[in-house]
Amino acid sequence: MLEQYIRDKRKEKDLLLMTHIVLGYPSYDHSMRMVESMVEAGVDLMELQIPFSEPMADGSVILRANAEALKSGATVEKSLEMAEKITAAFDIPFLFMTYYNILYRNGVTHFVDNMKRIGIQGSIIPDLPPEEAEEYLAAMAKNELCPIHIYTPNTSEERLKFLGEKSEGFVYVTARKGVTGKDTAFDQDIADYLGKCRKATDLPLALGFGVKSREDMEFIKGKADIAVVGSESIRVMEEQGVKAVGGFIKSLIL
Amino acid sequence: MKHSGYHSRFGGAFIPEILQTTFDELEIAYLTAKDDPTFWAEYMHLMGTYSCRPTPITFAENLTNHFGGAQIYIKREDLNHTGAHKANNVMGQGLLTKRMGKTRVIAETGAGQHGVATATMAAKFGFDCTIYMGAVDVERQRPNVFWMEQLGATVVPVTDGSGTLKDAINEAFRDWVTNMDNTHYALGTACGPYPFPDMVTWFQSVIGTEAREQIQTYAGRLPSRAYACVGGGSNAMGLFSGFMDDKEVELVGVEAGGRGPGMGEHAARLAYDDASVGVAQGYKTYFLQDKDGQMQETHSISAGLDYVGVSPILAHLHETKRVRFEAAEDKDVVAAMSLTIKKEGLIPALETSHAFAQAFKEAPEMDKDEVILINQSGRADKDIFTVADALKDPKWEEFIIAKAKEYSNA
Ligand SMILES: Cc1ncc(COP(=O)(O)O)c(C=O)c1O
Repeated sequence: MLEQYIRDKRKEKDLLLMTHIVLGYPSYDHSMRMVESMVEAGVDLMELQIPFSEPMADGSVILRANAEALKSGATVEKSLEMAEKITAAFDIPFLFMTYYNILYRNGVTHFVDNMKRIGIQGSIIPDLPPEEAEEYLAAMAKNELCPIHIYTPNTSEERLKFLGEKSEGFVYVTARKGVTGKDTAFDQDIADYLGKCRKATDLPLALGFGVKSREDMEFIKGKADIAVVGSESIRVMEEQGVKAVGGFIKSLIL
Repeated sequence: MKHSGYHSRFGGAFIPEILQTTFDELEIAYLTAKDDPTFWAEYMHLMGTYSCRPTPITFAENLTNHFGGAQIYIKREDLNHTGAHKANNVMGQGLLTKRMGKTRVIAETGAGQHGVATATMAAKFGFDCTIYMGAVDVERQRPNVFWMEQLGATVVPVTDGSGTLKDAINEAFRDWVTNMDNTHYALGTACGPYPFPDMVTWFQSVIGTEAREQIQTYAGRLPSRAYACVGGGSNAMGLFSGFMDDKEVELVGVEAGGRGPGMGEHAARLAYDDASVGVAQGYKTYFLQDKDGQMQETHSISAGLDYVGVSPILAHLHETKRVRFEAAEDKDVVAAMSLTIKKEGLIPALETSHAFAQAFKEAPEMDKDEVILINQSGRADKDIFTVADALKDPKWEEFIIAKAKEYSNA
């Protein structure tokens, strides 16, 4: 379903845009308004991050957003409620991004069943390699939800294939090493690497980490199907308020 | 060949995709070294010439007479170079780093002991070195920060999260996911993703191997009980490894009881009922967390035991009941430390003093012909600021005030 949506959209657009927010940062009210302005500006799909106290794969912007959200009282239950409201109000696919302990403590199968119930279409769990994910993958398959795995610049060809086979919907490609929120030099190396990713899977590719300008979008066009903007829109909200986010998103869309 | 890294249901390797190749390499380097007798010979030579191995065991005659029960023996890991068992792990990982052809090491540190040990190793091997340390800990452990910097390491204060050990671990991982090509992360305890718990235990097992032989030589028998403090669990795993198959030896792990039971008051993951099983920092074990899985604040008088998780191997040995877990409260720890200093002229670290406190509770009730063994994981003389505060020494306070005046007048 998600894969088909991406393919249909790609007939209309050369490059889709996925954005990221941290639920409950700085408040759940803000989360709703962020989604609203992003969807209105023309975002094609969105990651909703459920805050975790140890976001190991995130850089400073998202890391602080997680901590602040928890400090202002974010919980898994409230995040699920907010996500349910969001999926009911907006007609694009929404994914969860979070860390495995959130699922584990909820009961993995129970959590995944809930995702289905509230209309979330897939999830990205950066600290859950397929080797540790038996229960998660089974529950996702049973509910026809999309587990999205991650390609990185030092993933072997064999493992790219393996991760592609374990993914549904699309594969998330990190443009570089490191954590979210730092600059990326979009150059020939990334183009070559995306070529390698293309060969490893038939699924659409989403490129993230360091995407923040129209120039970056131009570079990615034709090499990946989706560009992912994460930390930068949070930064825009922090510096200029929610109202500025729509304008920022519009400035990116090709 | 891939090992699952599980000890019953604990352990595993919950690592970001970017580190998969790095962990594969590390696992191969570790398993190859383990199968290679020349590696262990090189390690033992290094520890014998650079640190103080074999460290002795000491019969604590005065404490034994004081309590009038079991005979108390002490394994002297405090005599290692840099003053703690941390050297065993760090030097081993240093040799592995060399074998892997890497030129930079990073580490997390709480109290600063593992940081100092790592910076020392880096100086000796000629590696670049960055140490991540919670900002709160940087503030309270200036002497260790001073030494790390003198040894050539860059010390990065971590302000995120609670600004303590777990946050330093997260930050070290964030460095590693960027710089894995030339960098090894020398994790300081028997925690984290596989192969760290097993690898750190292997290096620390030198403690137990020596102690088993020594106690038989000097006391003429195996101990009835062996005590070790438990932060992440590396000195405990090191001591316990030597006696794992000796069913008659009861193994006792002593956690930080802080101000007593109740979330936020202590760092006892196994001895108290406040922790639950979860997955964080790359591995599955008991964590002090809430029902959503968010890690909670912990408290201990000793920074080295003040940690939310515990070795997955110890979580397993807790479930199989091979190891008994107890918690020692701050006030008993300080009393045990003072008593040991006065009676034996030994200065156990605050971490270590947890093991002493528990042993002192039990020794008087035991028979005189019974033997107990305590692992003195480290010494406290270099933690003089923390210890002086813990002992509330007024003369020390006067000295610091006078010293501060000296600096501000200069
Ligand atoms: C002297 C000493 N003992 C014990 C510990 C606790 O660590 P572990 O449980 O890994 O031995 C520390 C940690 O800093 C320490 O410095």
